[in-house]
Amino acid sequence: MSNILKKIKKANLVGRGGAAYPTYLKWQAVKKEKNFPKYVICNASEGELGLCKDIYILENFPEMVLKGMKIAMDFLGTKYAYFNFNAKYYELVRKRLDPMIKKHGDKGYVLRVFKEKPSYIGGEETALLNAIEGQRVEPRLKPPYPSEKGLFCQPTLIHNVETLFNIAKVEEGTYDVKRFMSVCGKVKNPGVFYFHENYTIEKVLHESKNYPDFDFFVQVGGSASGPVFNMEQIKEKIVTGAGSIEIYDKKMDVKKLLSKWFDFYANESCGKCTPCREGTFQLAKLVKDNKKVPWKEIMEILDTLDKTAFCALGGGVSVGVRSYLENVVCNS
Amino acid sequence: MKITINNKKYRCKENESVLEIAIRNNIFIPHFCFHEDLKVDANCRTCLVENCLDKKIVTSCTLKARKGLKVGTDSEEVKKLRKINLELLLSKHKKFCSRCKKGDYCKVFEIMKKYKILGDKYEPKKIVDKIHKMGSAAEFDPKACIACNKCVEMCEKIGICYLKLKGKGAETRISYNEDPNIDCIYCGQCTVHCPVGAIREQSHLEEVEKALKDKNKIVIAQMAPSVRASIGEEFGLEPGINLEKKLYTAFRKLGFDKIFDVNMGADITTMVEARELVERIKNGGVLPMFTSCCPGWVKFVEFYYPEMIDYLTTSRSPQIHSGGAYKTWWAEKEKVDPKKIVVISFMPCTSKKYEAKNPDLKVNGMNPVDFVLTTRELAVLLKRHNIDLPKLKDGEVDKFGEYSGAAAIYGASGGVMESALRTACYLITGKNLKKLDFNEVRGMKGVKIADIKIGKKILKVAVVGQPIPSTEKIIAKRIEALYKIDKKMKMREAHKNEVVREFLEYTEKLTEKKKAEILERGYCRRGKGE
Ligand code: SF4
Ligand code: SF4
Ligand code: SF4
Ligand code: FES
Repeated sequence: MSNILKKIKKANLVGRGGAAYPTYLKWQAVKKEKNFPKYVICNASEGELGLCKDIYILENFPEMVLKGMKIAMDFLGTKYAYFNFNAKYYELVRKRLDPMIKKHGDKGYVLRVFKEKPSYIGGEETALLNAIEGQRVEPRLKPPYPSEKGLFCQPTLIHNVETLFNIAKVEEGTYDVKRFMSVCGKVKNPGVFYFHENYTIEKVLHESKNYPDFDFFVQVGGSASGPVFNMEQIKEKIVTGAGSIEIYDKKMDVKKLLSKWFDFYANESCGKCTPCREGTFQLAKLVKDNKKVPWKEIMEILDTLDKTAFCALGGGVSVGVRSYLENVVCNS
Repeated sequence: MKITINNKKYRCKENESVLEIAIRNNIFIPHFCFHEDLKVDANCRTCLVENCLDKKIVTSCTLKARKGLKVGTDSEEVKKLRKINLELLLSKHKKFCSRCKKGDYCKVFEIMKKYKILGDKYEPKKIVDKIHKMGSAAEFDPKACIACNKCVEMCEKIGICYLKLKGKGAETRISYNEDPNIDCIYCGQCTVHCPVGAIREQSHLEEVEKALKDKNKIVIAQMAPSVRASIGEEFGLEPGINLEKKLYTAFRKLGFDKIFDVNMGADITTMVEARELVERIKNGGVLPMFTSCCPGWVKFVEFYYPEMIDYLTTSRSPQIHSGGAYKTWWAEKEKVDPKKIVVISFMPCTSKKYEAKNPDLKVNGMNPVDFVLTTRELAVLLKRHNIDLPKLKDGEVDKFGEYSGAAAIYGASGGVMESALRTACYLITGKNLKKLDFNEVRGMKGVKIADIKIGKKILKVAVVGQPIPSTEKIIAKRIEALYKIDKKMKMREAHKNEVVREFLEYTEKLTEKKKAEILERGYCRRGKGE
């Protein structure tokens, strides 16, 4: 095993885009492919609600992200990489980033910037590949996985911004098992914080001076797809997924909450598969058209999404609702 | 290898999908986005089955056969989820489906009945886009579209890329390419692959029904070669069964006054084309010469490669030739007013509708063909009139619908070429060929090339195959049926067709201009949408 791969394995690095897949496994999968060129892609899509840590990293540590990309490229023996940028993000960082990209270019690294129309599905690995290729933005059928047939059918390694940052840290020997956390919602001090990954949510809220003085619940790891926890649970739970914490007032109107989620999904559904394309629209409509929340009809569609949606976007719609019902409604 | 479906074992190949195995064994699983010609998209999510081992619900079109696999197609869980997805997918289908609206047979509605889907559980998002017409051939209705992407893939497969999916979420629907350099060629392949009839032929059914009821009209039916070999499939028969004689009976039942055959026109086309070929060879004209029977191909040349126009034969196509013959020579012979004649073609291909409406092809100010019904529309017409085709007695064609074996094989890829060769040989050498089968240009290969010796000359010929309109096996069977007809015929060459000879003699007596108006055509550079 190569040196860097050993280090990454030892550090237990996992993807910070939300899926928490072990980084070294991803590397091995792309490494073992015989096809060249291979591609490295930095995913700076960040289309989920409540997230802003990737842009924070890009604004503050762009050199680390680029370094992570270079390490990955060297490991794979390739010179080709893409930035998949949420178009809004690119405008914010191009001043600093462009000269760095050029400097790498002088050393023979071909780094291309792709500006995607901001969207949630644009962050899904295979949808992102389609977008760069100029195809319709929707997920691909797997297998083949991107590690085997990714961008332009070549083996491709896709990492979230923070994962690449961490790779650079591991290589430097300065990785200290921390993660970036976006805190938002009804808080006094919103922003991005950098804490040990094992901090309980409660501790994060205290240390970031965000612990509310009212009854509340939180949504963690993404404000659309993340689970909801009550005040008791956050004493134990740690931050997961894409690293966000959103605070909601416990008195928040349930219809408002559901609409926030369902409207987002109805807008962001790529439109490929039936349960998500039509189902999320119906969910949003059911909440809007009814005075009382029609739970039975809603759960019927959510169940169908859970079990039959094509990709994780549709498969994740129910997470917030179910955990909200279980942890907040049933608990009070 | 074997897998278990609903507790019964079925033989299968490794890597075959469960859906394919089910289809082959007549186990019904609804599927809207699977078509064996095209890639697996797995977007409709209705082909659900339960994996009996882990109780997971999976789509059968993506589930590959493997050792020990056991699935159920009707577990309670499958039923529940399938129902929701069908309700979501087909909400308001009946309201938007052009077939359901008229009470015609609709495969989708059959599925709805089977699974007790009412289609009104959900109110779908309002789609504001209007019906879009592709020339006078096909059209799509975004309201009826279920975004399965099949038409897009088919259009990509033939290399045109006119269609695309637009929008996201519940607004996702079919739309068209706005690039001025890309245009639909009216081939109709997309309509064959749409599972819900959202993209479809522009229907001529109502006009045909009206003409049939009109006592003042003389309504002529003429049928293309391949229709007789494929209509059986619409009535649940195996592909490739020739129902020609039963169709003749059916046409009489429907009230057609005369039953002719596009094959007669094919014999005319062969004569005209062979004459032109011989002339080009003798006088050093532009070679190679391309046939032009397919209006989609003609539009393709006129739009994408107008610099190749001179290579196209100036001969008209069979349906236009015979239509023109009825409205001139036959009308005179029978002493009827050609304006009273309504010619209705039954063709395999949507693009023939576009050809029929082409104003450049008029004869004495009339369209040689008035309406075209596709094989599918013919099936609808028969079902509307409760005509159970396979049960009918055999009938006969009227005299002027007689044709040669050469005409019958027009429906097979390479058939036009073979027919022309038979007659061209005769025209050049003055002798009939001993061996009439040109096996080199038959078959399903994409490109077929042969050197044909005619007298002292070697003629180099090539046939380029059609884009797989449905599955290859079915086509092969349909074509086999056509070659069988040819083989059994006494008259196998166009120049031996007496009716055609008489008609061509008639045209010889006309002015050059009139003759050309009936037999020949010109081409022009065409813009988008023309
Ligand atoms: S679940 Fe289906 S519609 Fe939703 S984003 Fe995934 S593929 Fe697209
Ligand atoms: S008719 Fe042919 S060219 Fe036109 S959209 Fe359909 S498949 Fe494409
Ligand atoms: S028009 Fe038909 S084939 Fe095309 S996407 Fe819509 S439903 Fe599918
Ligand atoms: S046929 Fe399997 S998902 Fe559509």
